[in-house]
Amino acid sequence: MKDTVEPYVTQDGRAIGGMLMHLRGITLRFGGVEAIKNISFDIRQGEIRAIIGPNGAGKSSMLNVISGFYNPQEGEVWFRGERRPPMKPYQVARQGVARTFQNIALFEGMSVLDNIMTGRLTQMKAGMLAQALWMGRAEREEIEHRAHVERIIDFLEIQSIRKTPVSRLPYGLKKRVELARALAAEPDLLLLDEPMAGMNVEEKEDMSRFILDVNDEFGTTIALIEHDMGVVMDLSDRVVVMDYGRKIGDGTPAEVRNNQEVIDAYLGVAHD
Amino acid sequence: MSADFLYGIEVLINGLMAGVLYALVALGFVLIFKASGIFNYAQGVMALFAALTLVGVMEGQIPFSHLINAIFGTDLHYFGWTVPALLAILVTLAVMVLFAWVVHTFVFRHLVGQEPIILFMATIGLAYFLEGVGDLMWGSDIKTLDIGLPQGGSMFVEDLTVGLGGEDFYGFFIDKLDMVATVVAAVLVIALIAFAQYTKQGRAMRAVADDHQAALSVGISLNFIWVLVWSLAGLVALVAGVMWGAKSGVQFSLSLIALKALPVLMLGGFTSIPGAIVGGLIIGVGEKLFEYSIGPLIGGATETWFAYVLALIFLVFRPQGLFGEKIIERV
Repeated sequence: MKDTVEPYVTQDGRAIGGMLMHLRGITLRFGGVEAIKNISFDIRQGEIRAIIGPNGAGKSSMLNVISGFYNPQEGEVWFRGERRPPMKPYQVARQGVARTFQNIALFEGMSVLDNIMTGRLTQMKAGMLAQALWMGRAEREEIEHRAHVERIIDFLEIQSIRKTPVSRLPYGLKKRVELARALAAEPDLLLLDEPMAGMNVEEKEDMSRFILDVNDEFGTTIALIEHDMGVVMDLSDRVVVMDYGRKIGDGTPAEVRNNQEVIDAYLGVAHD
Repeated sequence: MSADFLYGIEVLINGLMAGVLYALVALGFVLIFKASGIFNYAQGVMALFAALTLVGVMEGQIPFSHLINAIFGTDLHYFGWTVPALLAILVTLAVMVLFAWVVHTFVFRHLVGQEPIILFMATIGLAYFLEGVGDLMWGSDIKTLDIGLPQGGSMFVEDLTVGLGGEDFYGFFIDKLDMVATVVAAVLVIALIAFAQYTKQGRAMRAVADDHQAALSVGISLNFIWVLVWSLAGLVALVAGVMWGAKSGVQFSLSLIALKALPVLMLGGFTSIPGAIVGGLIIGVGEKLFEYSIGPLIGGATETWFAYVLALIFLVFRPQGLFGEKIIERV
């Protein structure tokens, strides 16, 4: 099966390429409960794709399917033009899909720098013996990885907390460190699970700016879940709307905003 | 300086060296507990098994020879060769790595996410199973382990220190084997810490110890890390088994050194490598000094219980251990 879509350039001058990920007919069940019901959508190279919907709509489950934490009972995941077999989360990560978590999953006992360095693990090549003996290649690699991590630290403006243990950071900064760790993997696809949940207005603006900058600077494709409608409409190129595990809308922010079913879902019209 | 004081110092030094061995056993516990939350009761038996395997390989013993003889009516015992110590150590290490893989793949892999008590029970089962396998493979007789480590008191130290005291002081008596054990243990600990701090796998190991979900999301295979951690625990067990075995022969009571590691862990905390080391030293020094100073007053043999009483006191006043993380629950 081949996916053909025309590349185009957005109004603000970013190039959107071909299909990066295509989800077809995904159904996910937990026992008798269908968390996701036959959902299909695609994510294109270079775009910012949002998944929105009311609480319990199945957004996080969807993200967990993409990142391999859940394997759907039905449906296919296509990534970079190939069908992806059922995989463990670490295998998905090694394929170039990085993510953040709704409830922040950082290594609390490590420093900010060490946390971000773990993001480089997928990129490290030197063998275990060379590493253990600290031989030339391993040393060169370590220096390269450190340099890359320092660039990300500069980019996200967290220089001042490099050596701080993560457990001592406030919530907003933790979210930023988690983003830094995901970026360190140089992912093809970056998944953000509610990157702005629980933030104040100022922190939200910072985070929005970073997300746009990441997309712009590194050309990283981003799929994100967010509750704040204003933020989503400003950030994203295309939006998937979910409600009760079904897809009820898909399109540009403007299209989605005028979709009657979406408006009903958000305003809480009774389901029949 | 008075002879009594000098003998006190000698006791202290010997205590430190005994403590190093306690620390070594405790370290094996900490490695596995940190990475997987499993309290590995079989750590002591692993030390025994490693020592048995080492002796068996060195002496060219045929594994499972009793079983083979019983089934086929043969009378095989030895291959008829001996293996140099260094090569035998490498072979034993390979066996321990294989053991790590088997234990993870066939037992703990299927118990991921279970209650700690279930994992603990599994390790108890593992301990007895491994003891049985060790018996079946290598026989149950007491063996001497001689890999060429020096034995006996060090004349060098005695000559060096004899001038410190008066007429009735003959210099410090320090066992050469204890000195070697201390150096080996120190090197092993430094190597383990360096591995955890500066290598890819070490970083991944710390990541898994901290947060499984986050570790998965950065591409770490939990199964690989768990096998690695069990292998490292096997390495530590091998070193501990060699040192204890060289000191008091390879016998099945060796597995009881695991019980000595318990108070060490209570003191140092279950999740701290420095804690295991400091805890081991405190117990080693504490029990020797207590036996030397208070022991004669209360009839001696305090070494059998001192460590446990000390651990009990610690449990009352600092349940998380010296270096363990205090758990604060928000209400």
